[in-house]
Amino acid sequence: MMSDLLKFDLLSASIALKNKEFSSLELTNAYFKAIEQTSALGAYLEIVKDHSINMAKASDKNFKNGTARPLEGLPIGVKDMFCTKDIKTTASSKILENFCPTYESTVTQNLWDDGAVMLGKLSCDEFAMGSSNETAARGNVVNPWLKNSKMSPGGSSGGSASAVAARSALAATGTDTGGSIRQPAAFCGITGLKPTYGRCSRWGIVAFSSSLDQAGPLTRTVSDAALMLNSMAGHDKKDSTSANLEMPDLMNYLDKGIRGKKIGIPKEYTQDGISDDIVKYYEKSINWLKEAGAEILLVSLPHTKYALPVYYIIAPAEASSNLARYDGVRYGKRNEAASLDEMYEVTRGNGFGEEVKRRIMIGTYVLSSGYYDAYYLKAQKVRRLIKEDFDNVFEEVDYILTPSTPTTSFELGKKQDPLTMYLNDIFTVPASLAGLPGISLPVGLDKSGLPIGIQLIANSFDEPGLISTARVLERSAEFNFIADGAAK
Amino acid sequence: MSNKESIVDIPTVNKIARLSRLNIPEASKQNLTNDLNNILGFVAQLDEVNTSDVKPLASVTGHKLPLRSDKVTDGNIEDLVLKNAPESSSGFFVVPKVIE
Repeated sequence: MMSDLLKFDLLSASIALKNKEFSSLELTNAYFKAIEQTSALGAYLEIVKDHSINMAKASDKNFKNGTARPLEGLPIGVKDMFCTKDIKTTASSKILENFCPTYESTVTQNLWDDGAVMLGKLSCDEFAMGSSNETAARGNVVNPWLKNSKMSPGGSSGGSASAVAARSALAATGTDTGGSIRQPAAFCGITGLKPTYGRCSRWGIVAFSSSLDQAGPLTRTVSDAALMLNSMAGHDKKDSTSANLEMPDLMNYLDKGIRGKKIGIPKEYTQDGISDDIVKYYEKSINWLKEAGAEILLVSLPHTKYALPVYYIIAPAEASSNLARYDGVRYGKRNEAASLDEMYEVTRGNGFGEEVKRRIMIGTYVLSSGYYDAYYLKAQKVRRLIKEDFDNVFEEVDYILTPSTPTTSFELGKKQDPLTMYLNDIFTVPASLAGLPGISLPVGLDKSGLPIGIQLIANSFDEPGLISTARVLERSAEFNFIADGAAK
Repeated sequence: MSNKESIVDIPTVNKIARLSRLNIPEASKQNLTNDLNNILGFVAQLDEVNTSDVKPLASVTGHKLPLRSDKVTDGNIEDLVLKNAPESSSGFFVVPKVIE
């Protein structure tokens, strides 16, 4: 019975629940067994079983009364960057190890208001800074693919991606600043969607880089991503950067096709260092879209190579400012010292991990007197050029197709140098800097059996078209593999 | 751009750590210095880009930040505000003594 329940994805489970094939309580219990079975992956930081069971029972009542909501009774996981009322929220950091928010983030509130059942909080890189989930204070998360090799699930939403791939969550929330939804989705063989900047409210999400941070779903399928984003997105007065723009029901765009659409292939995304298998599947994907009736055009985004340097100035600068709030006074862990300044220094020195400290230091340096113009202002100017590259290309094409990552997943502990790690995000960072929506979906396996992700980028607020196009790729790729480390 | 020629050394790391209110153990300062130099060296490639007529881009939203009337929208939640404080007393956050 249990394994049968795990076979349902979000959309098919929602239909089965409505048809009373099983109850939300049965489904939720199956997921708790799956969590137990896959606990060695380390995806969950906190499970909230009593809370989940209460939510599932309430959902079952709603089904009975005919008042079911769009995500009624569907058990999902939440990245630990989202504040959840009275449920510990640590951002995978020691400095927040006992932080219990007194309020709920808008995105998670939207999900609960639509009937979703919360399973627990999922690990991530500390303050979402990382591409391998190795900076999490409570240890690595393991990718369920090639489970004996201990591969990285990617990051920063590594716990979310690992749990969805391992079938210990039906879907999960993530946050993406430079690729933190799309890269782990690619590494774990699932779908990850980063919406347009402003689609989802940032209120109640632990802030990393405020001009880039955006919430989005990690799911098994493109349809599931549409179903999740329908609920997550929406205007919020509590976030001044939230877009006051209605999003059409994405479920109406699943089967629109792409006949006559133009797909751009940027020549800058095929440089050295991409694995052969990824190149092969990139070419296959281009052909699939062509066969489905799209027109393929070669395009150029000339400032692509400057995206990572821009990102590694802007994101740390904003982070150094955002993380100033962790001072051991209002919340978080405090280390005692004789003076106030010393208290700040030991609290922050002990509470933050190495990568977070590195980024605060870089951010403080590039914002410091005498360096601000040379680094921060310069990066903001090049950021405009990168955005204008996209604006120009979207005059000619509807969507852009790129690989999601230059390589498939790597073994945990193998990439020690911070700069090498940063190169993981080379294909995801440009769209982030331009605020554009992007989706990564699995299209095949490489020689060693690891998933390969392909990324589609759309113009601002064209999530509907992004979903239609991704569905075409998904149908052609027929990626039906399940991770060997998934719950059974 | 001229300022970029200066390379980060341990005294600079000390200064930045102080500005960041981060206590960095002596033993990790050299590694941190190397990391910062590598990262700053990597981002220095932006020097190649001519940005003389380019305006900085701080936000991609394209909309004007909304304003609301200057009215109290929340309040009387002292206990919630203090709930996560490491130390509080009589409705205040407590910090080490700052006046001699």
